[in-house]
Amino acid sequence: MTKVNLRISFEMDKSAKVKHIISKILAYTFLILMAALCLFFFYILIVNSTKDKSELIGAYTPTFGTSFFKNFWNALTSPGNSYLDIPLGLLNSFIVASLTAVVTTYFSALTAYAVHAYDFKGKTFVATFVLAIMMIPSQVTSLGFIRIAYELQLTNYLFMLILPTIAAPSVYFYMLQYLKATLPLDLVEASRMDGSSEFMTFNRIVLPIMKPALAVQAIFSFVQSWNNYYMPSLLLKDSSKHTLPIMLGLLRSQQESQADAGQVWMVILISILPVVLVYLVLSKSIIKGVTSGSVKG
Amino acid sequence: MAISEMVLKNNELFARAPRKHKGVSYGKWGLIFIIPFILAYAIFTLIPQVVTIGYSFIEYYEEGLTVVGPNFAGFDNYVALFTPNANGYIEILRFFGNTMILWLIGAIPQFAVALFLSVLFTSTRLRLKFTGLFKTIFYLPNVIMASAFALLIYQVFSDVGPINAMITSSGGTAFKFLDQEVTVRSLIALMNYLMWFGNTTLVLMAGIQGIDESVFESARIDGANAWQVFKDMTMPLLKPIFIYCLITSLIGGLQMFDVPQILTDGHGTPDFSSTTMVMYLNMKIGGHNYGLAGAVSVLLFFITGVLSVSVFRLTGDRNKQGRGQ
Repeated sequence: MTKVNLRISFEMDKSAKVKHIISKILAYTFLILMAALCLFFFYILIVNSTKDKSELIGAYTPTFGTSFFKNFWNALTSPGNSYLDIPLGLLNSFIVASLTAVVTTYFSALTAYAVHAYDFKGKTFVATFVLAIMMIPSQVTSLGFIRIAYELQLTNYLFMLILPTIAAPSVYFYMLQYLKATLPLDLVEASRMDGSSEFMTFNRIVLPIMKPALAVQAIFSFVQSWNNYYMPSLLLKDSSKHTLPIMLGLLRSQQESQADAGQVWMVILISILPVVLVYLVLSKSIIKGVTSGSVKG
Repeated sequence: MAISEMVLKNNELFARAPRKHKGVSYGKWGLIFIIPFILAYAIFTLIPQVVTIGYSFIEYYEEGLTVVGPNFAGFDNYVALFTPNANGYIEILRFFGNTMILWLIGAIPQFAVALFLSVLFTSTRLRLKFTGLFKTIFYLPNVIMASAFALLIYQVFSDVGPINAMITSSGGTAFKFLDQEVTVRSLIALMNYLMWFGNTTLVLMAGIQGIDESVFESARIDGANAWQVFKDMTMPLLKPIFIYCLITSLIGGLQMFDVPQILTDGHGTPDFSSTTMVMYLNMKIGGHNYGLAGAVSVLLFFITGVLSVSVFRLTGDRNKQGRGQ
């Protein structure tokens, strides 16, 4: 009797095991397919950036060419394309993105600290108001912004892209959540006892505690600013102020007359590479930051 | 977390916070510290918002070298916005429709795949390996410059690009991907899908991980299979976060610009079938028709608001029905 039972359970185990293995294989197959779809276009991008005009014409083979450095040089010097100055675009984009990252994280932290640590008149209103406006896209105010900038002759200034990010509701919200979870107000009180001024307390005590949150938000705002196309393209008309996305837009407009395809592939690669490299190095903390920022509890 | 919940939670928190500093008042420092934020918001968002609304009520455009306006025009811009053009259709409705279609054909696979992946990644039965690597790959398209991605896709699918080269070298005839409504829209949706399914997966995963493991455990002991657990346990408990993702995705979809703008060089080819709301706004600002641009902005502002509110309502009703049964 017991023998029979054992055998039955053993056989059930076996079929369950087979089923388990099959579902695992199916799961991995799906994951690999999705990963391949994600990487396919970037693979083509990397391959094609190594080919010159003659290698890109005719039957296509997804193998590496021999003209990587030639394309790289052409992309940086852009012969025959007066509207393209990739080193300048890199510089402008870097100035805007890095200053945006600093400004937006610092002031969002400061604002969050004010709401978290102090009681003041109108605080509830401010906190509720910021949450209410969090979802309003910046495009709906872009017309007014551009017109004011134009009237005051403030177009073509990079700081016009940086200063607005002092007020970043979603970054502020992230910082506030972080403070609630990590900053004991006793610490602020103790620092006060030691005679520290309120502003010093924020800079010397609170900011160091917020380092992980600052780092995550700095990366996100850098990437967002680096990739931003809509506002810069409306604001920056002077070609010496163009950021990379604007140059890519112009490159697309000139496509029909574009001769050197190898150069175009390389320009795309150069535009995305800095952010991709940073991402690959910090992917763990970035991926963590995605979820902790958007949904809590 | 829903906005309304956030507001409630915040209010609660403030109500509970004891008034600590009775001796010296430190409250003014709070006010001082929020000044930069308030100023930046007022100067760069609030005033432009008011100016934008103002523009929607005036006639102000440039045609060639002549400037018309600014004259007060009442609701003329709104009327003009809903007047059929020379081709017999109302532009704003067509472009709103385009935006929604483009969003939808990207969002459906995005949410289906993200749900599936988030269940796979969190499954304690499968215990998959290399999940970190897969997550890194799936999120990668999100950090890539949308305009560069669009130019990349344009290059890949252009008439002389690698895809067509492969088709012709294997005996087929070249296909003009960028001249067909179906393929242009599909390419835009494909890009949006690739850029956002990883993000949605991560957020839904966090949601599933937030559910008490014992809920799944007891369901499994009761003999529920994977589909039943998903349908009856995971999905209902995940719903608030799922809806949150849906709303943010929808609002993001309404702002769709970079990808279709670069892919079609701002033309919305073919025949404005891929022109989005923001591309239309951009066209009106670039074409110096500030009155109409103002009206489009205000409309966009309202649609953003109404859509998020109505989606919240919809889910609220369903919740009640669910409880009734």
